[in-house]
Amino acid sequence: MINFALLIPKAVVQGIPLLYGSTGEILTEKSGNLNLGIPGVMYVGAISGVIGAFAYEQGLSRYPENGFLAVMIPLLCCLLGSFLMGLLYCFLTVTLRANQNVTGLAMTTFGVGFGNFFGGSLIKLSGADVPSIALSTTSKYFSAGLPFADRLGWFGKIFLSYGFLAYLAIIIAVFAAIMLKKTRVGLHLRAVGENPGTADSAGINVTAYKYGATCIGCMIAGLGGLYYVMDYACGVWSNDAFGDRGWLAIALVIFTIWKPDIGIFASILFGGLYILYLYIPTGMDHMELQQLYKMIPYVVTLIVLVITSMRNKRENQPPAHLGLPYFREER
Amino acid sequence: MSNRKNHEPLVHISKRDGMTFKKALIIRIGAIAAALILCAIITMIFTGENPFGIYGAMAAGAFGSVRKTWITFQNVSILLLIALALTPAFKMRFWNIGGEGQVLIGGLAAATCMLKLGDKVPNGILILIMFAASVLAGGIWSVIPAIFKAKWNTNETLSTLMMNYIATQLVAFFTVLWEVPKGSGKIGIINQDTNAGWLPNLFGSGFSGSKYLLTIIFAVIITAGMFIYLAFSKQGYEIAVVGESVNTARYVGINVEKVIIRTVFISGAICGLVGLLLVGGINHTLTTTIAGGQGFTAVMVSWLAKFNPFIMILASLLIVFLSRGAGEVATNFGLNQSFSDILTGIILFFIIGCEFFISYKISFRRGGHKK
Repeated sequence: MINFALLIPKAVVQGIPLLYGSTGEILTEKSGNLNLGIPGVMYVGAISGVIGAFAYEQGLSRYPENGFLAVMIPLLCCLLGSFLMGLLYCFLTVTLRANQNVTGLAMTTFGVGFGNFFGGSLIKLSGADVPSIALSTTSKYFSAGLPFADRLGWFGKIFLSYGFLAYLAIIIAVFAAIMLKKTRVGLHLRAVGENPGTADSAGINVTAYKYGATCIGCMIAGLGGLYYVMDYACGVWSNDAFGDRGWLAIALVIFTIWKPDIGIFASILFGGLYILYLYIPTGMDHMELQQLYKMIPYVVTLIVLVITSMRNKRENQPPAHLGLPYFREER
Repeated sequence: MSNRKNHEPLVHISKRDGMTFKKALIIRIGAIAAALILCAIITMIFTGENPFGIYGAMAAGAFGSVRKTWITFQNVSILLLIALALTPAFKMRFWNIGGEGQVLIGGLAAATCMLKLGDKVPNGILILIMFAASVLAGGIWSVIPAIFKAKWNTNETLSTLMMNYIATQLVAFFTVLWEVPKGSGKIGIINQDTNAGWLPNLFGSGFSGSKYLLTIIFAVIITAGMFIYLAFSKQGYEIAVVGESVNTARYVGINVEKVIIRTVFISGAICGLVGLLLVGGINHTLTTTIAGGQGFTAVMVSWLAKFNPFIMILASLLIVFLSRGAGEVATNFGLNQSFSDILTGIILFFIIGCEFFISYKISFRRGGHKK
């Protein structure tokens, strides 16, 4: 029998980076921008945080340890790095009206390369005297769970054992869901994604909404990378360890039919599916089956994508103007 | 914004009617030059070498020896072939992001034939079977999202993207299933002793490029073929019409569903062929990273070349030169190999951005706030 008190926390920690990525991408896509650069943005977010934390830990020899700074420096670096990526994407696709798919893929190439390059060369470039990037001092502030979690048995393990970024992810997702559904800003944002021409004639500043949603979306997605490296990986950077999680986050957007609140549960489900292969007994003779289990999230996403397009229910469709540039004078 | 009457914005952007080819070329070359200068500055910061030294090292990395030059042209051919494969689909406004997966499936089909039929049929027939299997496998893999698109208008960017990872896991499944030795997670060189299913080296071993030539020849043939197909055939015309306007296509009696499925099949089939070349001709093994992200790079190559097969040659050459050159620089200075991805990214951003200045005209407000 599978031990849920063990499995669920593992699924959650796998799911949190996906949740960040998908919440960010949902906001972006609601403005009509299909940002395929999210995997790159998450890498940039992660490595920016790592660079910040690395600089902070290098400075520790001179200054006393400070928990607030240990969290804020990586966090702000991460937000700044992913914000700049979002800005770049917007500048190219919104201001310069470049093709979104091409720009996004170029950002992924760039971002993953950026992450791996600095991850692999940071020590050499900074001339630091350490064998590998292991940010244990900063990481312990990120991964600190609630202090009384241990005393509450399975309840504490399932609900209270995570670092603060995990709870932040859920708060952001809930907030994004309310924002999209209930507020005027959300309504305007959806209008921009569905039909920017109509939104424009209603007096909504399409450019501002596209920039805002995409940049904030990128910052949220970048936090997913930060969570992964500082909390999940305990501050140890290894190249390509983040893997295909960025693409999985984009898959998750479809799976949740563009709803961040569903994303909370779906990301944990995906996180579970991502590591399910570790828990299904395959026996030593059939290790290959693990690879097929890893396929499940993608197959499920494809099926959801096809079914939503088959049923053609209007509320479950992608934003109508997703992936298309908007030029006022072209109507 | 402002309620003032006759308010004229500072910058006014309008669509250009058309630009002379020469002017457009100058803008593109200018963008590439600017990007190369920026790349040189960034490399300088990391290595402390002067820019001429850096580009010298890059040129040495790509063309430093006869063997390196051949490998560069082989890599260009592979990237070019994938870009060519994606082009008909793109021209139809079908965003086939699934080149990666289609190459992998083609490679998987080729590897399967090599492993399972290697000692059962003569080599010539085996290669023919491999050819058919790879092309068919790539085609079928791409047709699955195409059918969804044609029937239910499923978003093809997202579905082809998912198909990539399904293909990756499928290949991972078979690599573990067929791993040699057990537990290594790798297939290793297939048919090392018999060379069964290895694509032939042309012109014998006396010729330095014999190992690489086959891929290059395929690239040349398909470049020319694709140009003729798109520009002069009836099917190429149908693709252009569907890409411009689905409604127009329906009105003139084109069966849009049929055109979508047929075109995407061609797209996937050529990707499958690339899989065959990679497995049967170049690597003689199968791994999940055999396409190495080129399915994605090819998307950019095809789009940046404005779907023109001949410009694609130059675009592929530029990207391969950068990636091999930056690899050399990174090795020389003990930096990470991903350095090339950063440089490639920068070049791409510049080229993507410069398109704006080709299709749009910017006019500034004249005379300040007068009137």
